[in-house]
Amino acid sequence: MAVKSYSAGVKEYRETYWMPEYTPKDTDILACFKVTPQPGVPREEVAAAVAAESSTGTWTTVWTDLLTDLDYYKGRAYAIEDVPGDDTCFYAFVAYPIDLFEEGSVVNVLTSLVGNVFGFKALRALRLEDIRFPVAYVMTCNGPPQGIQVERDILNKYGRPMLGCTIKPKLGLSAKNYGRACYEGLRGGLDFTKDDENVNSQPFMRWRHRFDFVMEAILKAEAETGERKGHYLNVTAPTSDEMMRRAEYAKEIGAPIIMHDYLTGGLSANTQLAQWCQDNGMLLHIHRAMHAVLDRNPHHGIHFRVLTKILRLSGGDHLHSGTVVGKLEGDREATLGWIDIMRDSYVKEDRSRGIFFDQDWGSMPGVIPVASGGIHVWHMPALVSIFGDDSVLQFGGGTLGHPWGNAAGAAANRVAVEACVEARNQGRELEKEGKDILTTAAAHSPELKIAMETWKEIKFEFDTVDKLDVKHK
Amino acid sequence: MSTMQDYKSSLSDPSSRKFETFSYLPALTPEQIRKQIEYIVSKGWNPGIEHTEPENAFGNYWYMWKLPMFGETNVDAILAEIEACHKTHPANHVRLLGFDNFAQSAGAAMVIYRGKTV
Repeated sequence: MAVKSYSAGVKEYRETYWMPEYTPKDTDILACFKVTPQPGVPREEVAAAVAAESSTGTWTTVWTDLLTDLDYYKGRAYAIEDVPGDDTCFYAFVAYPIDLFEEGSVVNVLTSLVGNVFGFKALRALRLEDIRFPVAYVMTCNGPPQGIQVERDILNKYGRPMLGCTIKPKLGLSAKNYGRACYEGLRGGLDFTKDDENVNSQPFMRWRHRFDFVMEAILKAEAETGERKGHYLNVTAPTSDEMMRRAEYAKEIGAPIIMHDYLTGGLSANTQLAQWCQDNGMLLHIHRAMHAVLDRNPHHGIHFRVLTKILRLSGGDHLHSGTVVGKLEGDREATLGWIDIMRDSYVKEDRSRGIFFDQDWGSMPGVIPVASGGIHVWHMPALVSIFGDDSVLQFGGGTLGHPWGNAAGAAANRVAVEACVEARNQGRELEKEGKDILTTAAAHSPELKIAMETWKEIKFEFDTVDKLDVKHK
Repeated sequence: MSTMQDYKSSLSDPSSRKFETFSYLPALTPEQIRKQIEYIVSKGWNPGIEHTEPENAFGNYWYMWKLPMFGETNVDAILAEIEACHKTHPANHVRLLGFDNFAQSAGAAMVIYRGKTV
């Protein structure tokens, strides 16, 4: 073995961290970064710097480097690619040995991969586009508490997307009035109602009152309809101890599902809650407040497909995915990419959907994508076509805004989703024949007919800011 | 805009009880049922029939009508079993399932005969 000697000073990163001849191992964690360098810095040097600063390196040589085998532990920049249609940046691929990361800790992985390196001066901007987690690492994570199949069995929902509704106004209702809004939606045919993300435990409605009134709403709606119902009780709290207290109470009163905001609440808290849910037979709905801060800028931040993988590993049974067709940002092909990442057991590299690596999920259960935000009955054919059965379609204003109230709004959506599934199973093309399918169904449902008259004209026609990288035509 | 309608649903009105997928649509016609069976067969799922007294409909386990029809692709044969189950248990709900053995879940489930609800 060659003996190294210590010489102090600053070395070029590429001497150590640029290894174009390296073949990644099956056990390596791989990352694809979109790098926008400062002008005049060579790509190889920048890529190597990213590998170094996100793994073992620091800006100068230190004598303690020689007490270990850094060639084993270092991250390796092994490939560079052009970004289609954008000359200001390039993709850098980095391989990290699995030993660099604590088992079962997405917290640890992110702390390295999106840590100091994102503030590195030689970079103008940096975006983490994708991570390949080796199955050896996946299997150290707890993952979704129940998974798609178990959720269907618990709730007795088969052969169709599930329906939800976020209760509005999002802030200011008393617990009793809030429970009323839930009850009306559930008795009209929804499977779930949902706490808005910023409903935690404010002075106008403390969490415990909300939990009690909502649980009565669930039980009465179940008795009335003969169907199983749930409400995502938001247990997001200022401390994880308090979060656990709320989760325990939700279980005590028999609630089937609770909710957490995994980014603002934090990944340690989320992983803890997900493990508790698995141990206690609870479903876990995950909201993603703050994601757009991280994922919307095409040149800087963390792509949502990475945040999706992080959540699947940390644990959650539902995750908001965007709608493609509603009021919130979301490119269609990119969305199809990350809903595959949520649900499938093996996802192939597919650049047309922005997926940079094969991803093997081993035996880890899937997460149900939740489409929510500015959608109404007219969107139903497209939503069923895009999302398929393993999804929750969530209509807030599209339920509560019905002229006859929540129960009628819920019934309209339920009739619409069932009509679309029935037609799809017959082999009809939903996105072409949607109007005809809904109109036929509305003949038997005055609630749907009025909903179709109410929302006919509403459209959201802004171009997406974060598009997939493709060559300009 | 037509005048506001009351949403008719109550504990005391048995017609408020629903049966999950397709129960918010009018009862499927024989032609529609045939299409749904064709869908189950085309997916490679195993058709199965279950029934229950309406008062016990909320539970997970309804009575199996014989065993799931593993590998059965003849739509008429499946229809005949649904009929036979209904004739034997005319007051019961009868549902058709498509068992997806890879997902270990029902890919399709629908009540074909609605019994007398309570």
